[in-house]
Amino acid sequence: MVDVLPAPAPASGGTSPLYGEPPLIEVQGLTIAYDGQPALRDISLDIFRHEIFGIIGPANSGKTSFLRALNRMDGFNPGMEVRGSIRLNGKDINAWRNVYALRSRIGVVFPLPVGLPLTVYDNVAFSPRLRGIRKKAELDEVVERCLTRAALWDEVKDRLDSLGSLLSGGQQQRLTIARALSQEPELLLLDEFSIAVDPVTTMRIEDVLRELRSELTIVLVTNLVQQARRLADRTAFFLMGEMVEIGVTEDLFEGKVGDERTTGYIEGRYG
Amino acid sequence: MFTATTLNRRSYRTQNVARAVFFLMTVTLVIPVLIIVGTLVVKGGPAISWEFLFTAPRDGMTAGGIFPALVGTVWLVAVALLASVPVGVAAALYLSEYAPDNLLTRSINLAIINLAGVPSIVHALFGVGAFVLFFNIGASILAASLTLAVMTLPVVIVATRESLQAVPQAFREACWNMGATRWQTIRKVVLPNSISGILTGVILEVSRTAGETAPIMFTGAAAFVAFLPASVFDQTMAMSYHLYYIATQQTGVPEEVTFGVALVLISIVLLMNAISIGFRVYLRGLKKW
Repeated sequence: MVDVLPAPAPASGGTSPLYGEPPLIEVQGLTIAYDGQPALRDISLDIFRHEIFGIIGPANSGKTSFLRALNRMDGFNPGMEVRGSIRLNGKDINAWRNVYALRSRIGVVFPLPVGLPLTVYDNVAFSPRLRGIRKKAELDEVVERCLTRAALWDEVKDRLDSLGSLLSGGQQQRLTIARALSQEPELLLLDEFSIAVDPVTTMRIEDVLRELRSELTIVLVTNLVQQARRLADRTAFFLMGEMVEIGVTEDLFEGKVGDERTTGYIEGRYG
Repeated sequence: MFTATTLNRRSYRTQNVARAVFFLMTVTLVIPVLIIVGTLVVKGGPAISWEFLFTAPRDGMTAGGIFPALVGTVWLVAVALLASVPVGVAAALYLSEYAPDNLLTRSINLAIINLAGVPSIVHALFGVGAFVLFFNIGASILAASLTLAVMTLPVVIVATRESLQAVPQAFREACWNMGATRWQTIRKVVLPNSISGILTGVILEVSRTAGETAPIMFTGAAAFVAFLPASVFDQTMAMSYHLYYIATQQTGVPEEVTFGVALVLISIVLLMNAISIGFRVYLRGLKKW
C-alpha cells in the first residue's frame, strides 16, 4: 500500500474553503488522556480543504492535545492515549503504517520554538533534504522562499550559517514556521505561532497564511480571540476538554452562539 | 531597615560552616592522590630511562626494561576496544533511541548495571571458561581482550546512553514532526551533539582496561615472554600483570624497578585521562546549543 495523499483539488474560486466536497479531516469521538487523566472528551468535527480552522479556548482546554493527535505525536509520549477516529483524506491516520510519511505531509508549529542545533540554512533545508532534494540551487530557492514567508529572511539572510538555536525567541519561532513550510505540507498545524513575535511581524505572517490558504489547509490554535477572528473561516471553542461551540467565525463574534459561555470567553469575562 | 536580623546572621554563619566542611572533604580527597603520585615519582623516577622503556627484562626481571609489557598492553587495549566499542555504542543507541519502556528494556538495563558490578576476578574465570576453553581460543591476546571487552561493555553503554540522553528530547520531536525517521534524527541531530560524551566514555574505558590485572592473568598474560606478540593468538606480557608479578612473585627485584613500572602504568592512565578531558573540552566548544 502506498501512503500518498492525492494532490489537493484546485481551489475553485480563489481561496474559499471547499465546503461542498468531502472534508480533509474527519474527527469522530476523539478522546485524549494523559496517564488516565482526560484532556479532551468526545470531540467530533470536520475540517475542509483550503479552510483556516480556528480553535480558541483558555489554557488546559485540550487545544494542543488535539493538534498532537492529528500529527500522531502520541507515539512520542507513552502516557498519551488517543481514542476515537481521525480520518485524513478519508483514511484513518492510524492506518498509515509509515507514520513518517504521514508526518512529513503535516507541518506543525508549537508555542515553544525549537531551533535545531544546526545552521539557520540547515534548519530550513532539513525537510527538503529528507525529500531527496540535493541540488544547492534548488535548496537555496526553498530556503529563501520559506524564510521570506515566515517574515524572517531580511533578518537572517546575512547569517544563514549561524546557529538556529542561537536566534532570539521570536526569531526561532519564525524559523520553526519556515521549517514547517519547507515541508510543503498539505496540512499546517499552528499552535500559538505568534506568542513571541511582535505585532507588526505577526500581521505580516497572518497575510502570508491567508495567501497560503489556496495551497493548503490550516488548523490554527490561538489564545488571541482577535487573531481567530482575523484569520479563521470557522472557529471552535474548547473549554475544559469539551467542544462547547463550533461555527462560522463571524457568527461567533456577532453573538450567534449556541452556548452563552462562548460569548463570555470572547468578551473576556473569563479564561 | 537595612540591618541584619538574628535569623540573617545565623544563616550566614551556617553557610560558612557548611562551606568549610565541604572544602575540608575536598582536600581530604586530594591527599591520597598526591601521596601516591609523589611516592611513585620519588622512588620510581630514577629507574625511568630510554633503556628501561625500550628493552626487554633481563636477569630474572631484576634488570633491563619493560618494552614487551608496554607493547602487550597496547595490543590488549586496542583489541578490547575493537570488540567493545561497536557493540556498546550500538546497544546504547538501541536502548536510548529505539527501545520502548517495557519490562524487557528494564531487564536489560538491570543486567547492564549488574554486569558493571561483577568483580573482575569473576570476569577472569568467565573469560577462561568461555573464550579460552569453550571457544578454544587458548590463552592469548584475543581471549584476554575479549574478557576485558565484556568487563568494560557496561562502561561504554552507560557513558554512551548518558550522552545520548543529554540531547534534549525537544530536538528529537522537532525532527520527528518533520517526518524524519528515528535513524535520520540520530544521524543528523543526536549523534553530532553527543559524540563528545561518547568519545570521553570510550577513552575512560581505555584507561581502565590498561590497568586491569585479574581478567588477563588467566586468559592471555604471561609473566615473561622473550618475543613481542606477532598476532592476537600469541600470549603477551602486560604492564599491570608485570607489576603484580615482580612485586609479589619474584624475589631480588630492585625496589626502584617496581616503582618505575608502577609510575609508567599510572602515567599511561593519567595521560589517557588528560587526553579524554582535552577532547571533552574541545568538542564541548563545538557543541551547538
